[in-house]
Amino acid sequence: MKLTGAQVLFDALQQENVDTIFGFPGGAVLDIFDELYRRKIRNILVRHEQGAIHAADGYARVSGKVGVCLVTSGPGATNTVTGIANAFMDSIPVVVLTGQVATSLIGGDAFQEVDITGITRPCTKHNFLVRKISDMGRTVREAFEIARSGRPGPVLIDIPKDVTRATIEETDVSYESSLNNNHRSVSIAEDCVKALDMIRQARRPLVISGGGVLLGRASDKLRTFVKKLNVPITSTLMGLGAFPASDPRWLGMPGMHGTYYANMAISNCDLLIALGVRFDDRVTSRLDAFAPHAKVLHIDIDPASIDKFVKSHLSIASDCKPVLALLNEWMDDKDFSIPDEQTKAWIEQIDKWKKFAPLTYCQADRIKPQFVVETLFRLTKGEAIISTEVGQNQMWAAQFYHFDYPNSFISSGGLGTMGYGFPAAIGAQVARPDKVVVDIAGDGSIQMNIQELATAVNYGLPVKIVILNNGFLGMVRQWQELFYGKRYSHSDIANVPDFVKLAEAYGAVGLRATRPGEVETTLKKGLETPKTVIMDFHVEPEEGVYPMVSPGAAITDMVLNKIT
Amino acid sequence: MEVRENTISILVNNRPDVLARIAGTFSGRGFNIESISANITRNPEVTRIIITTLGSKETVIKLEKQLTKLIDVLDVKDLTRANAACREMVLVRMKLSDENQVKIMQTVDTLKWKVINMDADACILEVTGGKKEIDDALALLEKMGMDDFTRTGVVAVERK
Repeated sequence: MKLTGAQVLFDALQQENVDTIFGFPGGAVLDIFDELYRRKIRNILVRHEQGAIHAADGYARVSGKVGVCLVTSGPGATNTVTGIANAFMDSIPVVVLTGQVATSLIGGDAFQEVDITGITRPCTKHNFLVRKISDMGRTVREAFEIARSGRPGPVLIDIPKDVTRATIEETDVSYESSLNNNHRSVSIAEDCVKALDMIRQARRPLVISGGGVLLGRASDKLRTFVKKLNVPITSTLMGLGAFPASDPRWLGMPGMHGTYYANMAISNCDLLIALGVRFDDRVTSRLDAFAPHAKVLHIDIDPASIDKFVKSHLSIASDCKPVLALLNEWMDDKDFSIPDEQTKAWIEQIDKWKKFAPLTYCQADRIKPQFVVETLFRLTKGEAIISTEVGQNQMWAAQFYHFDYPNSFISSGGLGTMGYGFPAAIGAQVARPDKVVVDIAGDGSIQMNIQELATAVNYGLPVKIVILNNGFLGMVRQWQELFYGKRYSHSDIANVPDFVKLAEAYGAVGLRATRPGEVETTLKKGLETPKTVIMDFHVEPEEGVYPMVSPGAAITDMVLNKIT
Repeated sequence: MEVRENTISILVNNRPDVLARIAGTFSGRGFNIESISANITRNPEVTRIIITTLGSKETVIKLEKQLTKLIDVLDVKDLTRANAACREMVLVRMKLSDENQVKIMQTVDTLKWKVINMDADACILEVTGGKKEIDDALALLEKMGMDDFTRTGVVAVERK
C-alpha cells in the first residue's frame, strides 16, 4: 500500500504519542491539513503562528511532553521564530513543523519561501529539511529524540510541499533513528562522595535550584534532599514551584528583583549547592561579587553551563535527578545529616534578614498590583497554574504568588517575551483541563497576542487573564524613572483599549475593577465563571518592583523601596 | 587570559548544513574564523573541519563545549598544544621581469619550493609548510614582485 508524505508524518507523530498539536494552515501545508482532517489527532487552531509556538511551549512545560506546532512556509514559519528562540533560551522541548515550497523551487525566491532552517539555525537545538519522503519517518523520530534528550530544546522540521504529496511503499517506511548517541555515560558515584564531603563541612549552606530541576522532573527528590539536610533554599524564576514556597526553609527568588534575604544568603553562604541553574545575569548581577565566600557545587545536565560564568569547586555534568536520588539514598544509609549546632548561627542570621526586609508594599487609594496577585493566590489556594507576560507583571507574580507545586509557573525567563503568557496559558489549559489557569499580564503585553482570545473561546478554554493595567510599559517606565531622569520615552501607552468590550467582542467575559474594594469580588467572579475571562484591574500607574539591584551592581546592593 | 591563535579540529557528520552550523557557532559566540579547511576522512560519512581562531585558553574551552553540544559534531580537539603535525599551502603568482627572475628561481631552489606554472611574464609558485614558514615565504615574495596569492587553511594529523 502506498502512503503519502503527509500520512507518514502523522503515523510518525502517532508513534511519538502526540495527541495534540497547535497549528495554522497555509499553502505549503495544504496536504498535511488534508490528512489532519481524517485523523483523530487534535489540532488547536490559533489566530497567529506565534500563538501556536507559545501554546506548544506552555503545553510542554506543564505536561512534560514534547509540544508540537504546525505552520506553513514563509511568513508562517518566520512568525514562529520568536517562540522558537524563547523555547531555546528556556530549554523547552518543542518540535516545530514548517511547510516549505517544493524541493524544485527551493533557493529561487519562490512565493512564501524562506530559508527557515538558516534563520533558526542559531536558536534551535537542531533542525532538518526533509528532502525525500524516505527521510520523513526517521526525521520525526530523531527530532523528538533531540528535543527531549539531555538539555531539552526546540527542533524544527522543514517539509517541502512535494514531499508531503510524494508516495512511498508502506513497507519502505522507516522510523529508525540514525543518531550517533554521543552519550558520555557519566559516572556520578565518585563525585557524589566528594559532594557529600563538601556538604558535611558546610556551616552556611544554601541550595539554589533552577529550571533544570523542573525539566528533569526532580521536584520530589529535591524536596527530600533539602528536608534531610534542613538547609535554606532559593530558586530562580525558572525553578519556582520545585520546592514549596510555604516551607519555612524557602527564601524566595534571588537576583535583580529577588528577596533581600535570598540575595544576602547567597552573598554570605560558604557552600552554594546549585541544581539545574545556569547562573543567568538576572540572578548573578556583578559576577565578581557573586557568592564570594562560597564553594560552589554545580550540578547541571549541560557541561557548557558549568564554569561558564561562575567557577565551580566541584561540578557534576548530569541530570540532577539521578544525582539527588543517589545523595538521598546515601544520606539515608549513613544516617547523614549536618549537626544542628553547625548551622544554627546561619539559620538565625537568615531569620534576621527575613524579618529586616520582607517583601512589602503599601496599600493606598489606587489598587496595588501586588494586592491583586496576593488576593489571586489566596482565592486559588495557590493551586492554579500561573503564566505571566514580561516586566513588572512577571516580577510581581513571581514575588507574590507562592508556588507549592512543580510545573505550575509558566514564564518567559531567558528571552523575556512579551505576549508569551496568554498563548502559553492556552497550551497549559489544553494540557490540564482540570486546573485553573491564569495569565498575569500587563496592558502592554496582553495586546501582543490578544487575537488568541478567539482560540480560547473557540475551544471553550476557561483561561483567566488578570491584567495589571497601569497604562505603561511598566518595567521600562521603572528603569526610565530610576536611571533616565523620569524621561518616559514611549513607555506611556495610556490609550489602552476597553478590555471589557474587547473580551466581549471575542465572545469572552470581561470584568473590571477600579477600586481596591472591588479586587476580591472581581477575582472571585472571574474565577467562578467557567469561560474565558479578562479581568481588567486599573492599578497604581507608577508602582515599582522592589527590591531592585541596579544593572552591574552586586546583589547585596539592593534598593528596597521607592525613593520618594 | 592571554589571547593566542588556536587550531581546533572538529569531526562532523558529512551533511549539507553542518558547516553552516559550525560557522554560526563560532560567529554567534564572538569568534572569528581565521582559516578553515574541510574534507572527508577515511570514513566518507565523516568530515574533518580544522579551524584556526584567536582567543584565550579559557574562551576556547567554552567554545569547545558549545561545539560538542551540536548534534552533528562527533569530536572536538584543541590541537594548539597537542602533539600534531600542521601544514598549510599557498599558491603565489609572481610577476616576472629580467630583474627578479633569477632571484626568484634561486630562492625557489634553495627553499625547495615548486614552480607549478611558467609564462613569459608570470609564474605560479607552490609553497607548503608550517604557519611560520608560509608567513615568512609571503613576506619574502612580497618584496620580490608578488602579484597575488591564495592560502589554504590548516591540515593537521596528530602524532601517535
